[in-house]
Amino acid sequence: MKGNEAIAAAAINAGCRYFFGYPITPQNEIPEYMARELPKVGGTYVQAESEVAAINMVYGAAGAGARVLTSSSSPGISLMQEGISYIAGAELPCVLVNIMRAGPGLGGVQPAQADYFQATKGGGHGDYRVLVLAPANLQEAVDLTQLAFDLADKYRNPVMVLADGMIGQLMEPVELSPYQPACALPPKDWATTGTAESGGRRRIINSLYLYPDQLENHVRAIYRKYLEVERTEVRFELYQCEDADVVIVAYGTTSRIARSAIEKCRRLGLKVGLLRPITLYPFPLGAFDRVVDRTRAFLVVEMSMGQMLDDVKIAVAGRRPIAFYGRTGGIVPTPEEVVKQVQALLGGGGP
Amino acid sequence: MKTVYQKSPGLTGVPLHYCPGCTHGIIHKLVAESLVELDVLGRAVAVAPVGCAVFAYEYFNCDAQEAAHGRAPAVATGIKRVRPDNIVFTYQGDGDLASIGMGEIVHAAMRGENITVVFVNNAIYGMTGGQMAPTTLVGQPTTTSPLGRSRLGQGAPLRVCEMLATIEATAYIARVSVHSIPRLNVAKRAIKKAFQLQIDNKGFSLVEVLSTCPTNWGLSPVDALRWVEQNMIPAYPLGVFKDSEGGS
Repeated sequence: MKGNEAIAAAAINAGCRYFFGYPITPQNEIPEYMARELPKVGGTYVQAESEVAAINMVYGAAGAGARVLTSSSSPGISLMQEGISYIAGAELPCVLVNIMRAGPGLGGVQPAQADYFQATKGGGHGDYRVLVLAPANLQEAVDLTQLAFDLADKYRNPVMVLADGMIGQLMEPVELSPYQPACALPPKDWATTGTAESGGRRRIINSLYLYPDQLENHVRAIYRKYLEVERTEVRFELYQCEDADVVIVAYGTTSRIARSAIEKCRRLGLKVGLLRPITLYPFPLGAFDRVVDRTRAFLVVEMSMGQMLDDVKIAVAGRRPIAFYGRTGGIVPTPEEVVKQVQALLGGGGP
Repeated sequence: MKTVYQKSPGLTGVPLHYCPGCTHGIIHKLVAESLVELDVLGRAVAVAPVGCAVFAYEYFNCDAQEAAHGRAPAVATGIKRVRPDNIVFTYQGDGDLASIGMGEIVHAAMRGENITVVFVNNAIYGMTGGQMAPTTLVGQPTTTSPLGRSRLGQGAPLRVCEMLATIEATAYIARVSVHSIPRLNVAKRAIKKAFQLQIDNKGFSLVEVLSTCPTNWGLSPVDALRWVEQNMIPAYPLGVFKDSEGGS
């Protein structure tokens, strides 16, 4: 299965019955899959007139109590930021997929990871966060897409699956097991179903609070959820870090490159490991504490000019040097390039 | 004692925040009465706009969602697709619908979304303090067209009903006014019909209601009603522009 199709199939498997989207490369297999498959399971696909409209359809559908998905790629996700802010402000659950392409501007259609800041630091206006899950292979894309729906419902907050054009277009075997919620899901006793069905008490979906003290209370309540998210939802992988002199930090596509580079390094006798954030928000700050004492340096590899790098600096907090290697514009770094970076790093001080 | 008139149970009773002489209150009443008379208040979901009617969710006695500026038809689409048995309506002003939300309204109409749109046109941005709208009349002074709207450069009024009536999938498009009692009765019938068409699954219905803004027009409430009749109606002819069932 193609990555994009695997994500779409996982969404349907997780009970998603509504998709609103707008065509953009390199994620078109997602809306195409949904347009083909949703009607077969009693669902609805709507091709919106723009990403702006699509995300607002998501808002309406989420507010009506549905499991709902939209997908896009970088420029389209930029257009959705207004709506994502409203969805977070109104505390609605939804799942967003960003199959990143290179920017800025129209950029290019090749893979990139340059939307990290936008995805993990808010993206739209106001105080809010989006939970961000970054799959590195297709089975993980399936599992994280399903998890995204559960986390969205649990926290009443948008959750983004952040991948790139390479993962979207990649083909790997995946297993779709019968879906089981990852956690207890709260009842949607806030959804606008009409007062006749809900027993008379009006339900309002809204993010407008004109009195500053009320708005501050509202935002503080949202941030109490984020505290819980940061405590309980952190996910990461440590690979060959036990004896690593250099720990490469990479997510998604670049973590696959890093894995190949580590194999090559190990054959050359260089002790290199991988710290792979799976949740980008919440960022696995604690994972660094587990490896920082044993390692001599970190090497951050991204398909950007250095965005996750900032979070790694916060996590390492000056305890070890941090090197950065980034390619951008749609260029995927090769394992050989990464090996050279490791060699330069270790050559500098000598093992 | 016999009750001959009462406030519609379709309204919550929360005091309206609208300026004296503004006809939003009348239009709220017509919408509320229509929902009650059609016996759909309990399954109605309102979508409130950004603009003067931003607090519509406080006033209509039904479930509601507050939309971003101009996005109400997209939000309504999401709600209606998930819950087709709900009666979903947007309540939007002319800045919201005819300017920033033009894409959303045109495409909701194009898809024939089975929703009802109450479009309140008062030819100005009220909430933000009287700026020029796409529906501002040529020559009408506003805070951002202080010399009066000029046809060249600032353009002439956008006639939403005429434009949307060209769209094949629309079921009902009408323009009404509430500046006089007879007109108010016509407006009520149009709004009720628009909701009835949604109940009957006939598709997209929109009623444009010419409305006053005494505060930002700088007129007394009575003069503002007269201004609707003398200036707005010539620019915005009243009538039914589309009725998929025929008749008017």
